[in-house]
Amino acid sequence: MFFSTALVIGSLLLIIGTIIWKSLPALKLSMITQTPRGGYYLGKEGGILNAIIGSFLLASGATALAIFLSLPVVLYLNLYTRKSSFINIFTRFSFDVLWGIPSIVYGAFGFIIMIFLGLRASLLAGIITVALLELPIMSRAMDEIVRLVPLELQDASYSLGATKLETALKVVVRQCLPGILTAILLAFGRGIGDAASVLFTAGFSDRIPSSLFQPAATLPLAIFFQLGTPFPEVQERAYASAAVLTVIILAISIVSRILIKRHKKFMIK
Amino acid sequence: MFVLTAVPGLVVFLMLFGLFQKSRPILAVKSVFDLLFSSSWHPLKGEFGFFPFIMGTLWVTFVALILAVPISILTATYLSEYAPKFFREFTKPIIDLLAGIPSVVYGVWGVLVVVPFVGNRLSPLFGAYSSGYCVLSGGIVLAIMVLPTIIHVSLEVFSSIPYEIREASLSLGATRWETVRHVVLRKGLQGIIAAVVLGLSRAFGETMAVLMVVGNVAKVPKSIFDGAYPLPALIANNYGEMLSIPLYDSALLLAALVLLFVVLLFNILARFILIRVERKAG
Repeated sequence: MFFSTALVIGSLLLIIGTIIWKSLPALKLSMITQTPRGGYYLGKEGGILNAIIGSFLLASGATALAIFLSLPVVLYLNLYTRKSSFINIFTRFSFDVLWGIPSIVYGAFGFIIMIFLGLRASLLAGIITVALLELPIMSRAMDEIVRLVPLELQDASYSLGATKLETALKVVVRQCLPGILTAILLAFGRGIGDAASVLFTAGFSDRIPSSLFQPAATLPLAIFFQLGTPFPEVQERAYASAAVLTVIILAISIVSRILIKRHKKFMIK
Repeated sequence: MFVLTAVPGLVVFLMLFGLFQKSRPILAVKSVFDLLFSSSWHPLKGEFGFFPFIMGTLWVTFVALILAVPISILTATYLSEYAPKFFREFTKPIIDLLAGIPSVVYGVWGVLVVVPFVGNRLSPLFGAYSSGYCVLSGGIVLAIMVLPTIIHVSLEVFSSIPYEIREASLSLGATRWETVRHVVLRKGLQGIIAAVVLGLSRAFGETMAVLMVVGNVAKVPKSIFDGAYPLPALIANNYGEMLSIPLYDSALLLAALVLLFVVLLFNILARFILIRVERKAG
């Protein structure tokens, strides 16, 4: 039993170790500070700045959209409805179900929305699709935190004459801030790393998008395309890009842990 | 706020409806039975048989589960019943991290490590020739990807089992292992099944990582060393051509619909089991 636990931990170390190790030969500063030049996919000069920026733009937009959808829903469920009411049970169940839907299906659905709205593969279409993908991840994580807010705290707020909305925004949100931030970062990390959902919707381009309606490159797709070329130099760049993505994900995870620690002292137990 | 709350439920229905609308053109010309059980995949001739792809998905998922289920249940048991507290606190973020690694990175790792290992070391051992891009490689990569899901849900199930039951068993003279085997695992059985079903549905729809290591051969695999072509990989690989060949987009969106349908079914089943487990514990 201990062995299987060690196996699980070991596989994580093995994955991160291999990716970093294999990326060393191709990992140069120009990888992350330049956009692809002519013939980049044949092994010539350039970097993947377009994909890094594209991924950040896409995931930030999607995360912002997902916050506007999920925070009100989570507050409504926890403060305005009773726990056993139909809307409460049904919505939580929907979140669970949405959480389980594979990202390729989100991609296909995003593609249908995109055609329905008359858009082309663009940053905007990617943002909408990834926001839908992030919605259940973010909402479930927020819900788990908001659910734990002590009833006494809400009652204290009401007894001071605060309305429900004031209580929700000024007391509950502040009390849960570390948890909410973690939920946001969790969803952001998932959004930045997902490839299958943006495959149809965000397109790909060697330039940094300057408007919402231009196609945007994303880091996971850049990795995928570079690995698909027959040139060893370009494949090595795929490993380097994978290392960049892994480091971003690790950094997000560490930042969210620090945020939790720092904000815990502002919470009322 | 009330209006927004209706959104999540609506999205599920919209997805089903949208995909169904888009796959109607092909359902109008072919019967569902033909599409699902025919092996001939020639989009240019207008033949769309999903059978090899469905079998590919099933093979890869099956191999992944055989590898992942014992490991993850043993890990969850160890963490919840045996491990000291500091070790548990130390392991949880690691498992979360494993869940957070993007699937493309798993794919790259699979190409770098698993594919050569299976191709050069493992397949000669069994006297089979394989390039390494095969069902087994896909299964291994997928197994690691579903570990966190199964471990996480199992841990939640174990923690919902009241401590008094374990104490009662221990006070009757049962050893730690006997308590785990006859009390904890038995009491948690339903929950574990739900955890496995959730892992199964995760594995079923995983796209990029599997696509990169599984070989993408549109034939029904005969052994774990054969290449396969799972449904999600089919959708992802052909998005570029799908608007140029008649009925192709419809066929691919039907594949997405089939995927969504199966995953919904598994998920709803697992959630119902988990809700029942929770009620019993509460």
